[in-house]
Amino acid sequence: MAAVTHDHDHHVEGLHHQFEDMEQQSETYLVGMWSFLVSEVMFFGAMFLAYSLYRWKYQADFHAVHENLSVMWGGINTTVLLISSFTMVMGVHFAQLRKGKLVQMMLGATIACAFGFLFIKFTFEWPAKAVEHLVPGPTFGTIKEALHGANPRPAELFFSLYFAMTGFHALHIIVGILMLAYLANMWRKEHPLVTKDYVPTELIGLYWHFVDLVWIFLFPLFYLIPR
Amino acid sequence: MSDLNPSNAAAPEGEPTHDEGVSYLEAGHTIKSWLLTGDHKRIAILYLISTTLFFVVGSILAGLIRLELTSPAGVLLENDTYNKVFSAHGIVMIFFFLIPAIPAVLGNFLIPLMIGARDLAFPRLNLASWYVFMAAGVLAVFGLCTGGVDTGWTFYTPYSSLYSNTQVTIVIMAAFLAGFSSIMTAVNFIATVHKMRAPGMTWFRLPLFVWAAYATSVMIVLGTPVIAITLALVVLERVFRLGVFSPELGGDPVLFQHLFWFYSHPAVYIMILPSFGVISELFAAFTRKRVFGYHFIAFSSIAIAGLGFLVWGHHMFVTSQSMYQGVVFSLISFLVAVPSAIKVFNWTATMYKGHVRMQTPFLYALGFIGLFTVGGLTGLFLASMGTDVHLTATYFVVAHFHYVMVGGTIMGFLGGIHFWWPKMFGRMYPEFWGKLSAISVFVGFNVTFMPQFIVGFMGMPRRYHYYYFAPEFQIYNILSTAGATVLAFGFALPAFYLTWSLKKGPKATANPWGAHGLEWQTASPPITANFVSTPIVTDEVYDYSHMDEYEQQKSTLEMDKPGTPGVETKDGEVIAEEPK
Repeated sequence: MAAVTHDHDHHVEGLHHQFEDMEQQSETYLVGMWSFLVSEVMFFGAMFLAYSLYRWKYQADFHAVHENLSVMWGGINTTVLLISSFTMVMGVHFAQLRKGKLVQMMLGATIACAFGFLFIKFTFEWPAKAVEHLVPGPTFGTIKEALHGANPRPAELFFSLYFAMTGFHALHIIVGILMLAYLANMWRKEHPLVTKDYVPTELIGLYWHFVDLVWIFLFPLFYLIPR
Repeated sequence: MSDLNPSNAAAPEGEPTHDEGVSYLEAGHTIKSWLLTGDHKRIAILYLISTTLFFVVGSILAGLIRLELTSPAGVLLENDTYNKVFSAHGIVMIFFFLIPAIPAVLGNFLIPLMIGARDLAFPRLNLASWYVFMAAGVLAVFGLCTGGVDTGWTFYTPYSSLYSNTQVTIVIMAAFLAGFSSIMTAVNFIATVHKMRAPGMTWFRLPLFVWAAYATSVMIVLGTPVIAITLALVVLERVFRLGVFSPELGGDPVLFQHLFWFYSHPAVYIMILPSFGVISELFAAFTRKRVFGYHFIAFSSIAIAGLGFLVWGHHMFVTSQSMYQGVVFSLISFLVAVPSAIKVFNWTATMYKGHVRMQTPFLYALGFIGLFTVGGLTGLFLASMGTDVHLTATYFVVAHFHYVMVGGTIMGFLGGIHFWWPKMFGRMYPEFWGKLSAISVFVGFNVTFMPQFIVGFMGMPRRYHYYYFAPEFQIYNILSTAGATVLAFGFALPAFYLTWSLKKGPKATANPWGAHGLEWQTASPPITANFVSTPIVTDEVYDYSHMDEYEQQKSTLEMDKPGTPGVETKDGEVIAEEPK
């Protein structure tokens, strides 16, 4: 857009040149974000399909090996993400009220929760699987107790899906942190794009809630398989 | 459309802003002004150049394949090399030419112009999509030059994930990135069509090209992420042995095929739907009539987008898929023929009592009808389980999908490029050479692929680099190679005369075809902001009947002598370009 510096005499701060007014800009942003989220649903959807297929095929093995996952850490992480969603909502709320300082605080709290989530996952959860030889590969399942009586191949499939799905989710959290940090910085600099209109803040909020929602499905599917 | 502000040769009215009247081509001459542009028109040109380059790469590979098959024992290539060549041909052509060609070039250029917007909704996202596309293309070419892939463009597991000792990881990552680029473009189009239409531009006043691009975007948003994650899982399986698809690791290889075709069948419609849109525009402009059954054509695009997601199983009739599943997939595949036929019948009906002008774009459109009909009808052979078991993995399949994807998409693409060339660059192409190219492509295409139907029906398997077991196939293969030579001539021609026309072609007026539509109301080439002031739409789409007699006569004559700055009426009176 650098090349397009022309346009209306009545230039509105925070309004991009291709739009007529702020309302059109906000609505267009929202349509764009929702379309992107639909595509994200399909992205995770394919993995959920694979998960459903294999869980249906290997019910007993999936139940047995899932006991290896720590419901405590999973539960704590779920709570952390739910709190982060709350702080994100408050961030959007304060953005509507144009209270820049409070928005920055709330975005900061959301980022802190996100780091907490990643910290728990990458220090308490994933490394423990490596110690128990539950990372898919040639040594998978060589510690028999860690399998909780499951057959090794279905158990390996379970952990393949576990690492793939929670891994892609963690990637989305990392991208979310970057987006939140960028947004918080725009608020700090009082960029007109965010201060004149709350919708850009809401867009990041929508993305963040989506990431949260994916975890709300991942947690019961991996940690809470019923007998 | 008298409310609109044509800003061609005449001095624009209204309050002047500092860059009013400067065409987008003149808005900056540095490389930087092109590489950092946010203008949808410039990004379309960037895409035009890059997709053309990939088309040249894919065509050279196709030439190697055709050369190899002229002799039953093979001519030039070893087994491994041949596998890599046809894989590269498929990957480059599908991911880097057919899928982006019409949406990213014509869609980018035309959608804002057609709906009366200043730009797409997200110009920076648009530019980013081109960079991601180029990164993907460079990665793919790097992978193909440093070892290539021998999996075919389908990347079937477990061969691709555990066995193939080629550059699968790099090429898959390239396809993954190219998918991101499509999603960016699609999100942009959806937001633009929903929210950026000019006042009075209701949904049912949208040109059919916009409807088609919209339906395509919906398919891209729903389908592309599935192939992205599927290919990503193949890479995870290959690199980290995270088994999801390989039976050795407990997975199910048929699941890969399901997920792959869940995208890759709709991908065929992603390629062909925008072409349908172009063809609708061409039929309206060259018969000087409202397209027959506008609503039916618009909704059949949506119907194809919907049904297209429910037919993927017809690629898998010979896998472990159950027979009952096969019956349902077969039935739904037959249903897709209904909206497709609605389109073809409506286009042909549009010609009835129209002022048909056999000019280059319309020749391409007629060629499209021929090729698409053959491709579509042979698809029914393959959608029936009984015949499909016999024809699976033969040259019949190869001929079928080339007719649909290549015949359909490239005829639409070239027809559209010729039609909108004066709008894009303000110059006319030479009509004689254009017609010659359209006819060579049509004839060359049929001579190339018609024999493949026969040789496929006789049992020649696809992806083989020899057929010494059946030397009687040779005559068909030689015919096919001869046809490919004519086809190459037909494709090469436009490259020369279109480039020539950039400097030497006669200057085009704002509306050289006398066509109806917002894009023809602004200058050729358009100014950076597209319109001097936001247009207000007061009449229906393709409303040729309400054009006054003068306009009718003028545009009909202009179609006979396109680009003539002042044209004569039958009475010998010379009409000025912009009468007041």
